[in-house]
Amino acid sequence: MHRFLSHYYLSDMRRDFIEKILVLMLIFAPMMTWAQHELTETEAGSEQQKEGIQGFIEHHLQDSHYFTLTEDEESGSHIGIPLPVILWDNGVKVFSASEFHHGETVAEVDGEYYALYHNKIYKTDAEGTMNFDEDHHPTNVKPLDFSITKNVVTMLLVSILMFILFRGLAKSYSSGPMPRGMGRFFEPLVVFVRDEIAIPNIGEKHYKKYMSFLLTIFFFIWFLNLLGMTPLGVNVTGNIAVTFGLALLTFLITTFTANKNYWGHIFWMPGVPKLMRIVLAPIEVLGMFIKPFSLMIRLYANMTAGHVVLMSIIGLMFLFKNWIGSTLSFGLAFALSILELLVAALQAYIFTMLSALYFGMAKEEHDDH
Amino acid sequence: MEIPTIVGAGLIVIGAGLGIGRIGGQAMDAIARQPEASGKIQTAMLIAAALIEGIGFAALFAA
Repeated sequence: MHRFLSHYYLSDMRRDFIEKILVLMLIFAPMMTWAQHELTETEAGSEQQKEGIQGFIEHHLQDSHYFTLTEDEESGSHIGIPLPVILWDNGVKVFSASEFHHGETVAEVDGEYYALYHNKIYKTDAEGTMNFDEDHHPTNVKPLDFSITKNVVTMLLVSILMFILFRGLAKSYSSGPMPRGMGRFFEPLVVFVRDEIAIPNIGEKHYKKYMSFLLTIFFFIWFLNLLGMTPLGVNVTGNIAVTFGLALLTFLITTFTANKNYWGHIFWMPGVPKLMRIVLAPIEVLGMFIKPFSLMIRLYANMTAGHVVLMSIIGLMFLFKNWIGSTLSFGLAFALSILELLVAALQAYIFTMLSALYFGMAKEEHDDH
Repeated sequence: MEIPTIVGAGLIVIGAGLGIGRIGGQAMDAIARQPEASGKIQTAMLIAAALIEGIGFAALFAA
């Protein structure tokens, strides 16, 4: 009896479910046909839109002289902050990026003319003529650019934020063993970096010297990665110059704190035959540079790839122009955003972890293997 | 005949995927055998996966 009941209940539920789907399809069917009709009519428009989305993604990946919050190409309105431009061209020249009017006009400073072309500043004449070689690369003179760009502003903001946060955390220990406020959240993370990253890789004896660097780099990368997920539209860790700087720091610290065992392992590998030592030395020297190089490439490529994929899927929403496709891309974009949050933390962890591993190699004590 | 670079990119992704998949699978096996060592295994797994990923990305940029 019970079995029959449950069977009946199930089939009833199934019928109910199918009914609902049919009703839904009936509701959406006219919309779908309408959307399809629209698509054939504006095929040229959709091609144009595709290029627009590509351009938007490329623009987003680049550094910029504006902190653009929103812009509309059709009406030509920009909402954002023009940032200061600092050039070295026979003397320092400082002016606001608003003089470029978003690349539309030439900026005149002390009798010299500068133009914005693909977010790079070139020296031109009063009309803003650009000269190109056969590969469509501009041949105009490029002054040295020390501008405070969008990435620089973001890094400064993150530095100030980190300073306030962790100074507060450090201060709150003076009133007792328990941190207060935001420190409650960050204390476990600091302990994690110490106990899971620094001590196992560097060792009890030397880890303290490297803790400040490891903590700084961990939170710096993590905060910047997370800022990349906000609608501010910054892409700092996806910029190879930034990751180059971070990897260079790891390289310099490894090289200048290394003990004699580290250099011994590179130039005169212990425990292998003489001939092998000569073969191994150049490989190990190359390895010295490959290690930070891979750090640089990994962070840059991961963040850039994440941004490109996420923005392409968000762009798909506007390309599909029907209920099903756009809804699916929205769901996919949502899931990918959550994955990117994980990747943001994971990349910070891996960068810190590998840095600690390299420091540990530089500080290895025993020479008996 | 020129082989398009996208084919190279595909090959790279296949190779890196196989490598990382194998690391992940073997780490699962190891954790199943010794659950108490899961922390250490995870760390080693992440490092190895990160190294392969780095090479994969480097090749992707070359492609």
